[in-house]
Amino acid sequence: MKYLEFEKEIQELEQKRDLLRHEGVGNRENLAKELSRIESKLKRKTEEIYKSLNPWQKTLVARHETRPHTLDYIEALIDDFTPLAGDRLFAEDAAMVSGLGRFRGHSVVVLGLEKGNSTQTRLEHNFGMSKPEGYRKAVRMMELANHFNLPVLTFIDTAGAYPGVDAEARGQAEAIAKAMEKSFNISVPLIACVIGEGGSGGAIALAVADKVLMLENSIYSVISPEGCASILWRDASMAKEASKALHLTAQDLLKLKVIDEIIPEPLGGAHRNPAEAMKNAGDVFEKHLKELDKIDTQQLKGKRRDKFLQMTRDVSLKK
Amino acid sequence: MNWLTNYVRPKIKNMMSQKEIPDNLWEKCPSCEKIIFVKELDKNLRVCPECGYHFKITPEKRLSLLFDNGEYTLVSVPQVADDPLHFSDLKKYADRLKASRAKTNQEDAILVAHGRINSHRVVVAVFNFGFMGGSMGRAVGEALISAVDLALLQEASLIIVPASGGARMQEGILSLMQMARTTMAVQKLKEKGLPYLVLLTHPTTGGVTASFAMLGDITLSEPGAIIGFAGARVIAQTIREKLPDDFQTAEYLHDHGMVDMIVKRKDLNKTLGRIIDLLTVRLKK
Repeated sequence: MKYLEFEKEIQELEQKRDLLRHEGVGNRENLAKELSRIESKLKRKTEEIYKSLNPWQKTLVARHETRPHTLDYIEALIDDFTPLAGDRLFAEDAAMVSGLGRFRGHSVVVLGLEKGNSTQTRLEHNFGMSKPEGYRKAVRMMELANHFNLPVLTFIDTAGAYPGVDAEARGQAEAIAKAMEKSFNISVPLIACVIGEGGSGGAIALAVADKVLMLENSIYSVISPEGCASILWRDASMAKEASKALHLTAQDLLKLKVIDEIIPEPLGGAHRNPAEAMKNAGDVFEKHLKELDKIDTQQLKGKRRDKFLQMTRDVSLKK
Repeated sequence: MNWLTNYVRPKIKNMMSQKEIPDNLWEKCPSCEKIIFVKELDKNLRVCPECGYHFKITPEKRLSLLFDNGEYTLVSVPQVADDPLHFSDLKKYADRLKASRAKTNQEDAILVAHGRINSHRVVVAVFNFGFMGGSMGRAVGEALISAVDLALLQEASLIIVPASGGARMQEGILSLMQMARTTMAVQKLKEKGLPYLVLLTHPTTGGVTASFAMLGDITLSEPGAIIGFAGARVIAQTIREKLPDDFQTAEYLHDHGMVDMIVKRKDLNKTLGRIIDLLTVRLKK
């Protein structure tokens, strides 16, 4: 378990708990008593810390390396997952996972940005940073979904689209724009979920949806706090300040009506109990999918467009 | 790693300061370093007579050289409340807005006008890079949406002329959402079969490139314009290699299939007029 800088007290209590569990000394009755005392203290402490995370701390939780990633969600929520590859133009992009599968009985198309969870898989998935071929594959998948009248589920977890010479040469900007354009032009339900990091253009390419959801401790922003700090403060170490100024938390984005719902995370964050986090996400997807299924397909596209037309109008945060 | 990390700040700063040389008798060409009389430069549409470098021009000048006989009517765009996030970095966003308004005499980073090109009705939206780097926040988003609505109403063509560092960070997620909103807006023109043309000018990067700017039915660019998604500095840091000399220039994009034509400033009215005519007049007697 990797502990974050603000989890020191949690770390100590968890270590004590584990010591007691594995190397218990003294009589069994005292041991059980002490264990339950520590466990309730741990619960209280974790609640206390996680209830009042600041935006920078949430950024760290959103990026936590053992937080469930796209492939974990697919494993947990999608039966018969059948990965599909390639943009039919240039290449397969492993940062963008895509395929067919069954979500609680519904046949769906799944798209998601995968960061990887070991050195090897991070390299394989290019740290979750898609190139144009990834976004073009996403367009292809949305067309497939539309053709067979299947809903689309997207999982967003990326620092951003890949900044590289090859990506620019092949039209990174155009690929992202086309992914958003396609999202406005298909008639099937689209549900997008930011599960960790929603990094700017690379994220919104998959987040033009009927329902945009965010995990409780995920972030979604026009620019990373570090990037913002280095431009506006001319000092990347001001990232903490920038994270506050950007209002990138799920809670602020809900207030700004940019997202539709927050998916609760288990006590201490999704990385402490991935199964519960993913089940919560599944329950919320299912609820929205059932509602969206009732809407006539032609109306659905119009409603999606209206939602984005109204978005950002007449909203502001209190001082 | 974000596209806005990218701004290529030193370069942009440079350009902005060059524009405001107090001694306004002459300017130095940043490309060939020739000293040029401002009068001569203006007469030549602010294109270096020596090497053809296209200097920045004000949105008003841009509008007058695009429309027939330089005639156009400015359109008022929706009023948008300032500073929705109460953003403050080293300076308050509210103060930055005030300063930009004083400097440019404009409400925000965009002007919308209508008029005629080759006698065809056209709506033009022009970015002002001098207003907070032409960045796109709510005001720019709403202005673009209203430009689309006006084109629909007039059954006119729409030309957008971006010059922008990307989304306006000071409006946080609300600026990111303008990428989706403007992308959606231009769909309406496409569905009505009205021409949507983009004229890329120097520089166009980040979230502006990755939305409406790359979705034109036809995309033109001025010579030498820097156009890209991620900034060159960030890319150089990521790959730790020297970038190609012409990287992210209009010519580079043209050669990589992202831009239809590179058009010199003096030929813009004629070329745009011909394109609109060819797209909309099927049979000419």
